[in-house]
Amino acid sequence: MSAIEPGGQTEPRLPVSPQLALRVAIIGGLAMTMFAIIFFRLWYLQVLSGEKYVQQANANRARDLPIAAPRGEILDGEGRSLVASRVTNAVQIVPSALPPRGAPRLRLYRRLGALLGMSPRRIEALVIKGRTELPYAPVTIKTDAGQGALTVLAERENDYPGVTQEPVSIRDYPYGEMAAQVLGYVGQVSPLELKMRAFQGVKQGTVVGQEGLEYYYDRYLRGTPGTQRVEVNAAGYPVPSKLAPTLPKAGYSLKLTLSLPLQREAEKALLEGIEHARAGGKPAVAGAFVALDPRNGEVRAIGSYPSFDPNKFAKPLTKTEYEALEGKTGPGGETVPARLTDRAVNGTYPTGSTFKPITAMAVLEGNVVSPSAGLGAGQCVTVSTQQFCNAGKADYGPLGLVQALKVSSDTYFFEAGELANAYGNVIQHEAHQLGVGQQTRIDLPSEITGLVPTRAWRARVAAEELRCERRRHVSSCGISDGRPWSVGDNMHLAVGQGDLLTSPLQMAVAYSTLANAFTGGGNGAVVRPHLGKEIDGSQGALVQALKFPPRRHARLNPSDVSLVMEGLHEAASQPGGTSAAVWSGWNQAQHPVYGKTGTAQHALGEDQSWYICYLPDPSRPIVIAVTVEQGGFGAETAAPIARLLASQWFGVSKHFVAGTSKTF
Amino acid sequence: MRRPWRLPLDPVLTAAVVGLGVASVVTLGGATSGLIPAQPHYYVNRQVTYLIVGVLLMLALSRIDYSRLRRLHGAIYGLLLFMIVAVLAIGHTARGSQRAINLPFFSFQASEVGKVLLITALSAFVVGRARKLRDRDTTAQVMLAALIPAMLVIVQPDLGSGMVYVVIAVTLLFVAGTSWKHLSALAALGAVSLAFVLVAAPAVGVHVLKPYQVQRLTAFLHPSTNSQKEGYQQVEAKIAIGSGQKTGRGVNATQTRLNFVPEDHTDFVFAAVGEQYGFLGAALVLSLYALLIWRGLRVLLMAKDLFGALIAAGVAAMLMFQVFVNVGMTVGIMPITGVTLPLMSYGGSSVITTMLAIGLLQSVYVQARSAQASKGRMPW
Repeated sequence: MSAIEPGGQTEPRLPVSPQLALRVAIIGGLAMTMFAIIFFRLWYLQVLSGEKYVQQANANRARDLPIAAPRGEILDGEGRSLVASRVTNAVQIVPSALPPRGAPRLRLYRRLGALLGMSPRRIEALVIKGRTELPYAPVTIKTDAGQGALTVLAERENDYPGVTQEPVSIRDYPYGEMAAQVLGYVGQVSPLELKMRAFQGVKQGTVVGQEGLEYYYDRYLRGTPGTQRVEVNAAGYPVPSKLAPTLPKAGYSLKLTLSLPLQREAEKALLEGIEHARAGGKPAVAGAFVALDPRNGEVRAIGSYPSFDPNKFAKPLTKTEYEALEGKTGPGGETVPARLTDRAVNGTYPTGSTFKPITAMAVLEGNVVSPSAGLGAGQCVTVSTQQFCNAGKADYGPLGLVQALKVSSDTYFFEAGELANAYGNVIQHEAHQLGVGQQTRIDLPSEITGLVPTRAWRARVAAEELRCERRRHVSSCGISDGRPWSVGDNMHLAVGQGDLLTSPLQMAVAYSTLANAFTGGGNGAVVRPHLGKEIDGSQGALVQALKFPPRRHARLNPSDVSLVMEGLHEAASQPGGTSAAVWSGWNQAQHPVYGKTGTAQHALGEDQSWYICYLPDPSRPIVIAVTVEQGGFGAETAAPIARLLASQWFGVSKHFVAGTSKTF
Repeated sequence: MRRPWRLPLDPVLTAAVVGLGVASVVTLGGATSGLIPAQPHYYVNRQVTYLIVGVLLMLALSRIDYSRLRRLHGAIYGLLLFMIVAVLAIGHTARGSQRAINLPFFSFQASEVGKVLLITALSAFVVGRARKLRDRDTTAQVMLAALIPAMLVIVQPDLGSGMVYVVIAVTLLFVAGTSWKHLSALAALGAVSLAFVLVAAPAVGVHVLKPYQVQRLTAFLHPSTNSQKEGYQQVEAKIAIGSGQKTGRGVNATQTRLNFVPEDHTDFVFAAVGEQYGFLGAALVLSLYALLIWRGLRVLLMAKDLFGALIAAGVAAMLMFQVFVNVGMTVGIMPITGVTLPLMSYGGSSVITTMLAIGLLQSVYVQARSAQASKGRMPW
């Protein structure tokens, strides 16, 4: 209470009553206490916890707005651009610069909507959504507004307050539908994806790969977005800022193993084959092809028909548009074939006779059949009461293995399958060994596993069916017909029918293994097919070479492999061979063809046309697999397509020669 | 008698006033530069004008013998009531409160100037009943005389000024020598009515205070739970002050320069001081207030008569209450009430009222000096 003690001798004063002195002293004491409290509080706030408040103050005024990073290009093996990014002006709205809420703003939305072909309500919804998702950032109203609208906006700026243009980068797929399922497409990262490990560290609003290679290699392609630090006042209005932006880092380029000329030719050839089949009265609804370098699994061309234009994904698709791409499945399979499905990788098919080389290898390796033993005499093979016949009830007489492959004798392989059944899963093991019925681990986001049926599998699905029927009290769940494994199953498998399900890619891997064993003295590398070759900087400098070592090596008996390959070569080159006619005029001395036709039968619809071939070459060997759903016989549709691919690959003149062999 | 010229004012008081005026202009310069983009100096220019007018009024008042005002107390009290009622009747509504009458140059806030009028009128009234100070009636009448205008301004609603009126009245009674019994009774009554206003009346559906007032009054107890609403100002003000640290952020004082603290030029001006000039600046401003209050109490003890002493007491109480409540709410230890920081807050009514009050204080000082000089007790 010393604050009101007499200030010194210089101050004059009247006599003060003790009561007044006491009461003033109390007031003074009160003032002292108050000041002490405030000082301590200030000390606590400013000196002891000041650091914390500085951070809070900084968080208050600085907002980070992302600057999109240019997405890396996708190139073919020679560096030709397959996917690029194009810069266009997006129409954006700066919410803080809009006219006042109510009628003036609504009038603006109406004018803008008329110009951009959007409803005012939609614009308003976009602005509200954008503001809540990323406050203070301009809201993109339309990405690809067209030059006309952009010019109007630029010239009559005053009529559109708050509407701005911002250069944005749009993914551009110059070849449209070409290899669309493999290349994939991009889109804004979804809330669900933000939680995934693959998109760790990705900020909301970033455009990321949604499918195909765009998805698989997204972390290389997407780059690192920059940030523009914006200083805002309490009302959210940006104020002039001294903070320098962090510049975005462009994504890396992805160089593929694909060959653009081969890819283009293959797409063209597939269409040509399909048209030919259709001219012959076949529906030929869909098809796929894949071409591999058998030595290392580099994919030279891969495609699926029907396809889609990934450019369409630059704008949000409507539900109907998306459903059209997804296709429609009705009784008897796809009534509208799915365009998004990559049939080369995700198609699940029986393969028909293209499976026969695998069966041949199995029975030779398993010592089930001697190569010279004559099998398959007669039109049909009868097991108990069931008849297994050749296509067109042909009778080739007893044949050796090479001859059986050449003419694709079904009765030979039925008998081989029947014999192999006594040895257990001989064929199944061989299929797995070569790469069928298991994932190839190609660098794409999804692929099928496939199925090579075995006794154990049949028992398992039968049990599953039974459990399901009991649980749901229905007569059938459709998982299995419940019957046990029979010799007939093995006979169907031997000719690539029955429950076998695989993809063109798996078959191409299996033929590559055979080719590798053929050239490598029985040591067949099971390659890992891949599209990615290297990651390059945006200026083209190599950043990282992508490595896909073989998954394993299949050890095969060299003489067995030679026999099978001989059969395949005769089939493609000797009179009577199933695809010999297709290759007529082909220089077999220069580029010998080892090829097998296949005609897979389906319960409903036309047969599926298959062809798989291997063309050795010191520097550029290739394995080509082609299939056309409901395309008829293998020699009729798929094989001529394969020849067109091979012609392009080896630079010889192209001829579409439809074969005449009516074998399965 | 010939005497050497001396400053005819209390030098310490004057220095403190000048210091606070400069501090106000400097602080507002930073805090208001962005409020009106086209006119960055709008608020500073006007505040300088108010300060100059205020200083002139202070000087004029210091030349008048305050004793003459004693006889006019009836008229002064009448003027006080008339102004407040006039504001209610014809006033201009700003942000939901009807507090001011728009004059050509500035809007005139009657409740602010009313503080000075109340101090004068009430002091004179108390002096008139000096012999009956121990009567219960005196206490009751003084309190009633303060509560009538207080209630009228609370209705405007200007809760802060109303509270200042009550504090002035209680302080006058306290200094004049009202018995402790009456003072305790007043304290008890105050506590009961507060409880009634905040708890009992709302419970039965009577809202004496508007809901936002109740929320503001209680928000400081839990500011972060409603930082988007009532607690927002206090949270942002605390961030502003805290981020000033020891020496302040100067031009980087984003909280107040970018207006994250609403009203950082009026009621929350202390946040601008704390952020721009840190603990050092805030302590300096507080020291100036301490000086002001100390001088007020000094003048109280120096006064030549009870009227002067009571005027000094009223002014000191007004300043103390406003400084403590205003700074207290800014640093988050007091509820938000619309109380300005004397001389620092932007605003003509507040500046001029404070200057008038200090003018009265100066007058009491000058009269005490001359009384002593004429008695020859102390040579000039």
